[in-house]
Amino acid sequence: MQVEITVNGQSQGHDVEPRTLLVQYLREVVGLTGTKIGCDTSSCGACTVLVDGESVKSCTMLAAQADGSDVTTIEGLAPDDSLHPVQAAFHEHHALQCGFCTAGMVMATVSLLDEIPDPTERDVRLGLEGNLCRCTGYHNIVEAVLAAAETSR
Amino acid sequence: MIPAPFDYVRARSAEEAVAALAEHGDEAKLLAGGMSLLPLMKLRLATPAVLVDVGRVRDLSYVRDAGEHVDVGALTRHRDLETSDVLAEHCAPLRTVAGEVGDNQVRHRGTIGGSVAHGDPASDLPALLLALDAVFVVRGPGGERTVSATEFFHGFLETVLEPDELLTEIRVPKTTGGFSYQKFQRRAQDWAIVGAMAVRNGATRIALVNMGGTPLRAVAVEEALAGGASVEEAAAQAADGTEPPADINATPEYREHLARVLVRRALEVASG
Repeated sequence: MQVEITVNGQSQGHDVEPRTLLVQYLREVVGLTGTKIGCDTSSCGACTVLVDGESVKSCTMLAAQADGSDVTTIEGLAPDDSLHPVQAAFHEHHALQCGFCTAGMVMATVSLLDEIPDPTERDVRLGLEGNLCRCTGYHNIVEAVLAAAETSR
Repeated sequence: MIPAPFDYVRARSAEEAVAALAEHGDEAKLLAGGMSLLPLMKLRLATPAVLVDVGRVRDLSYVRDAGEHVDVGALTRHRDLETSDVLAEHCAPLRTVAGEVGDNQVRHRGTIGGSVAHGDPASDLPALLLALDAVFVVRGPGGERTVSATEFFHGFLETVLEPDELLTEIRVPKTTGGFSYQKFQRRAQDWAIVGAMAVRNGATRIALVNMGGTPLRAVAVEEALAGGASVEEAAAQAADGTEPPADINATPEYREHLARVLVRRALEVASG
């Protein structure tokens, strides 16, 4: 089937099998491998991208369901070599160790701060419950999200 | 993990969805947000030959004040429920419990109708709708029918929905009484190992999550309370008549213990 999806501002048209998952489409058809496949069971959030501005787990969505939508991946957050304020805060606060969860964690954060621009620590911890990190113990991630909220105000 | 191949049909209206179901019979499954169906398809536990995608049927996404009750379109997302002003005023429990489903990403996609039609006894919303005495509106080739929540859930992942029927609306009685949902889980985003909710809307209603093949009303507790029993005495009967499952998280005995403790806590908060 034909899908028309705008990925990081660029309109794309592709012929895909109906069973193609959005994450598979992004990684294998469009060639953007910043989005990671972690658990592949919609638990870990590593595959989080924005669809029409809202965070979703792209391993549990069909490309067909995103037909006609705007999808933003980690590659599309900031132009060229610059960093989005959330990426900068993750860098500044050392909010990652191995980095595998980071793209999903950053995308989930962008969506969270869009919905709750001035979050409490509890808002951040609850808001990122769908994203697992096995290295950091979350402390620096929470610090980074709070700092990003501060700089975005 | 990738689902087995299927044909994809996009329905633009409830009528188109019902027509597609009539054409493909029980070979077809309805796809709403996909938060329950797609994981099953990826594990190949579900292999429908045809997926009828109703995710774009926008006129089934609404929350409306309808006088005695609130009407909720079946394709309303959990996110839209947890931010609804109508629910804040007239049915706070639905707003609160929608915010307890899964995580943000799941709530951006998942719908109330999808959750109800999937009929998972571990889901949050079916049990709440049982406690609230909600009514479900169902459309099929012969027209529309309504089913009460007490009659809707039939068995594990089974409801009274026929293969050619579409759930279109949920009618939820208004409530401003006390409420509590106690959800016990190992990780914040997980399904409830056991959940208990208490709603005080005139009488006190108690519903249990993951204590059997369907969401359940704790009838013995409700009757004990109506007969003047204390919260403590009534909650001791929370597991009566249940057959909770055994799995990696809990034995049936542990679930029975959780039900008694969680019902007591829910009643204490709802009465407070």
